[in-house]
Amino acid sequence: MSIEAKEEFRPNIVAFCCNWCSYAGADLAGSSRLAYPADVKIIRVPCSCRVNPMFILRAFEKGADGVIMCGCHPGDCHYSTGNYYARRRMTLLFSMLDYIGVEQGRTRVEWVSAAEGVKFSATMNEFVRKVRSLGKNVRLEDLRCRN
Amino acid sequence: MQELVKRANELLAEKRVARVLGWKAGEFQYSPQPAYFEKQEEMEEFVYNGFCGANLSKYMIEASKLEGKTLVFLKPCDTYSFNQLLKEHRADREKAYIIGVGCKGKLDIEAIKKQGIKGIEDISGIEMSDDTDMLTIGTLYGEKTCSYASAMLERCHVCKGKEHKVYDEVIGESIETKDSDRLDRVNEIEAMNPEEKFSFFQKELSKCIRCNACRNVCPACSCRKCVFDSDKFDSAQKANSDSFEEKMFHIIRAFHVAGRCTDCGECTRVCPQGIPLHLFNRKFIKDIDELYGTYQAGEDTQPKGPLTSFAYDDAEPDIVGERG
Repeated sequence: MSIEAKEEFRPNIVAFCCNWCSYAGADLAGSSRLAYPADVKIIRVPCSCRVNPMFILRAFEKGADGVIMCGCHPGDCHYSTGNYYARRRMTLLFSMLDYIGVEQGRTRVEWVSAAEGVKFSATMNEFVRKVRSLGKNVRLEDLRCRN
Repeated sequence: MQELVKRANELLAEKRVARVLGWKAGEFQYSPQPAYFEKQEEMEEFVYNGFCGANLSKYMIEASKLEGKTLVFLKPCDTYSFNQLLKEHRADREKAYIIGVGCKGKLDIEAIKKQGIKGIEDISGIEMSDDTDMLTIGTLYGEKTCSYASAMLERCHVCKGKEHKVYDEVIGESIETKDSDRLDRVNEIEAMNPEEKFSFFQKELSKCIRCNACRNVCPACSCRKCVFDSDKFDSAQKANSDSFEEKMFHIIRAFHVAGRCTDCGECTRVCPQGIPLHLFNRKFIKDIDELYGTYQAGEDTQPKGPLTSFAYDDAEPDIVGERG
């Protein structure tokens, strides 16, 4: 017990990255040897617009401590307008999470282009630091969803 | 009420409508229920009084698939829901003959019980023709009175107005019963700190028994296949969890109707546990109004919904934190 208690809290972070920009950005971060914490689990989606608000709640239910969504910069979407719709949805969802008392630092949207490996790694480092300071997610977790 | 029955019988006799969608007496005086009437003699069971809060718009989705026109009685606020269904191509305007009915606020039996009135046997003052703003309630413990306004449904305190947005004819007078702002409670909750917010919603939502009444009654929640009917959800079962259990259901349900919710208040009316579910919908309404311009779903059938459109200069999601 005492050994466990001394261990640093490693949060579970889910990152939804769009195939065209942010996933490539993550790739670039990797090939440029820019470090970002291994706590970040990337899920590749065709477009940030593919991210259903339910995905985010589901990740939290299943024990994620923070969820970040990355997509192309507004105006640069591979499908022209996908990220504009995603932006409205995420704004409303995050506002709702704030309304029911979930800490704001647990959710984030960041626009990362394929050329921004540095930004990707910096964003992830910062986000993980933030979630680590918030501690474990207990408010949105659902014990029925443990597996 | 007699006027409504008379007009419905006329239309049935002329074969201009194949059926009538209205309310009939339920088990108690305070629980009339939606019903179809196909023959004139069946119309004897028809009722329309202060307890006819049920919004009949949603039934028009199914009625639009039936042969012939359906005569439907809609209160002013119900017409917003019907308009919204027209906009989504769920209901067929050609299949509906809409009689706008007068409304002077609908009653909530729970609001009467909350005033300490128990053992209710009969209530008078609920008919549309009653010219009184008091209810006289006969109970096991003698006669009690309360004001009509104090017994109204929550949604009637924030009445959207007495104007019917879509109709073929209007019978009866409506009065606006608004006496508070619909965002008052939302503003109060927003001003709380995260711990208070969480414990408020935990307290309210822990009561949820997942009966799905809110979903089934909601005119906007009318997908033929609902994501929450999947038995593959591990959260479909009922078991205790340490936070509160049905948060995902309620957030997602509110999200699915965001921008389409007309704030008809049916979810709160039917909740057997008395959860103020409209607080979720109104939070979305408030955010949409503030961030993407004032929008009232169902006001007319033309403009695009806020979540099916966008602007190049929309706020970034960070605004949630910045607004504090």
